Amino acid sequence: MKELSILVVVTIFTLLTYFLVEPFAHSQMHKHVESEAFVYKDLPALTKKGDVAHGKELVMGAGACINCHGIKVEGIQSPMDPMIAVQAFGVNTPDLSNVGAVFDPNFLAMHIKNPTHALMIEHRFDESKGQMHPMPPFYGSGGDLDQEVADMIAYLQSIAPKAEELTPKMAFETACGRCHTINYPYTKDGKAHPAWTQIGEKPTFKKKQDALAFETKVLDYQDKLKKYMGALPPDLSMYIRSRGEHYIKTFIENPQNYLKGTAMPRVGVNAECAEKIIEHLKDVGDSKRHMREEIGKNIMIYIIIFAIFAILWKKEVWRELH
Amino acid sequence: MAHFTKATSLHDWLNQRLGIDTVRRVMATEYWIPKNINFLWAMGMILAITFGLLLVSGIFLLMYYQPNVATAFDSVNYTIMQEVGYGWLWRHIHGVAASVVFLIIYIHMFTGIYYGSYKKGREMIWISGMLLFVAFSAEAFSGYMLPWGQMSYWAGMVITNLFSGGSLHANGLVEWIRGDYVPAQAFLSRFFMLHVLLIPLAILGLIGLHFGALRIPHVNNQDGEEIDFEAEAAKYKAGDKANSKVIAFANDFMSKDMMVVGIYLIFFFYLVFYHYDFAMDPVNFDPANGLKTPAHIYPEWYFLWSYEILRPFSTDVGLIAFAFAQVIFFALPFLDRSPNTVPASRRGLFKFWFWAMLIDMIILTAMGKVPPQGLFSTIGFYAALTFIGLWILLPFITKFEKKV
Repeated sequence: MKELSILVVVTIFTLLTYFLVEPFAHSQMHKHVESEAFVYKDLPALTKKGDVAHGKELVMGAGACINCHGIKVEGIQSPMDPMIAVQAFGVNTPDLSNVGAVFDPNFLAMHIKNPTHALMIEHRFDESKGQMHPMPPFYGSGGDLDQEVADMIAYLQSIAPKAEELTPKMAFETACGRCHTINYPYTKDGKAHPAWTQIGEKPTFKKKQDALAFETKVLDYQDKLKKYMGALPPDLSMYIRSRGEHYIKTFIENPQNYLKGTAMPRVGVNAECAEKIIEHLKDVGDSKRHMREEIGKNIMIYIIIFAIFAILWKKEVWRELH
Repeated sequence: MAHFTKATSLHDWLNQRLGIDTVRRVMATEYWIPKNINFLWAMGMILAITFGLLLVSGIFLLMYYQPNVATAFDSVNYTIMQEVGYGWLWRHIHGVAASVVFLIIYIHMFTGIYYGSYKKGREMIWISGMLLFVAFSAEAFSGYMLPWGQMSYWAGMVITNLFSGGSLHANGLVEWIRGDYVPAQAFLSRFFMLHVLLIPLAILGLIGLHFGALRIPHVNNQDGEEIDFEAEAAKYKAGDKANSKVIAFANDFMSKDMMVVGIYLIFFFYLVFYHYDFAMDPVNFDPANGLKTPAHIYPEWYFLWSYEILRPFSTDVGLIAFAFAQVIFFALPFLDRSPNTVPASRRGLFKFWFWAMLIDMIILTAMGKVPPQGLFSTIGFYAALTFIGLWILLPFITKFEKKV
């Protein structure tokens, strides 16, 4: 049993070293932030029950949403193309078709009433200094403000896709895709998806001129965005490996947790949508994970059988040596 | 010219030309190994197998990797990881093996130290082994540059800076090594060459030397017993295998090696599929950016102990201490003045020296990773002093060791 005690000693020292350089060292190097499960405790909960028809009237009319936003599912094109929008606001205005499914309702309500507070970027937009957020707050159209906001949200939720129809890719594009690129194309369920830019999927061009023209447009957009945000938001292709699931979730939940004063807004997604964003980042940056699990299982079985045969061979050979 | 007769079989044909029976006898069936050994004696075979895994996976990676600062990162993280069939598997095998190989090297080294396997004619085994350690370190470092991520770039920056020699300000030397003022294309190309050609060639040569160095003094055993190999071999060949103190390399020793290898591979592939993160630092999945220094720069775990010997001192003293740590293990056979070649447990003060050294190196390893502040800094400082002190003490405590 001498061999066994040697193995125990080797294992203990190996595990001790591992513990010290991995879990322990990382706990000392990185701030640990617990997720709040995307409930946004600081935002007041909606108390009124919304009326879809009235909400629609407000969105189309007094709310003046469609002056800047498109709603494709309702056949309303954005009044500005992304290049004009970025020129005017520093970032493209989002289409509202999916927002009811992607964002938390309490967050949406605060976003309508007070965008910089919802986005946690009040440090960047001080009205007294004339720093206005591109989206003006909605002060109401004469009725009860909270009721009107609840109506608008009810409407936005009524036109949004059902949770099961919202794909990880859609969730990512609505929540992250106007600032962040995904340079790596990927394939999912046999379908190939091109790279993502802030102005949409990168098309395939037959002529080089067209490809260069598109590239120029993206670069122009990124220049404006950079000016608005202070730095170009990073490409997210490998973020699932470089940051990991926990960091990404707690970061989008409240970017100020990690980077005090960052221009990155609170994203405001609901918990389900956060999972979908993670899944999309895995589809892009860890696309072989299912294969890895499957092959891993088979190779482990193979190696265990190999080890059993190796042990039997040793016993056979050593029978006459003892 | 030798005399050749008409071959009676393919075996005979080869035997006349290559002497395969002789090779087999010399290398396997009559290459004598002591019987009194434990599984730690299989670390050499495990290292050979792991090196084989590194070589084969490296060849596959080499077919798709692009040593260009503009494309290196994407060729690894996109082409190899997502486009090439099983590219992810080769990369994970390569990355995990590069880390695990050092774990086994350290176990192999401390086994040698514990059992005194560097003494009495075995000095060249130890020295060639240490040369292999240096070559593997250079191979690991140069390989770490290739994905051209943030940690590649900044580790390259920090380590090449060491060659400025502190107050010597040998910036010309640093630029010569980099081929540029900062790590850039020339730097990446030459480290690529070193990683895929020059250092592997050196490693192959050194493995030959290491194996060759074993032949005359023979493998040590777990009680440090001096064995009359010829007499014991004669007993074995006469059929008294049970009472002989030696066994043949193949199949006797080999079968035990393969048993340990089998169990090791379970551990290895578990890491490859389910726990690869420890070997592939997340920071290196951000592309290299010379304008953005990462918050924490640290080497891979196997370099941390020597990094921590550099860190707690002022620049010049730190560099001298670092240089000391790099070479001092080579001198072990000459600093150990004891006449005993027995396990440390039977060697008086050396027993304490051994465990103190092991624990001190683990402390250095841990402190080398955490930020050098407050208590960690102090612990690191004293652990580095302890390391140097232990080596200074070694000749004295071993000189007065009683003969057992």
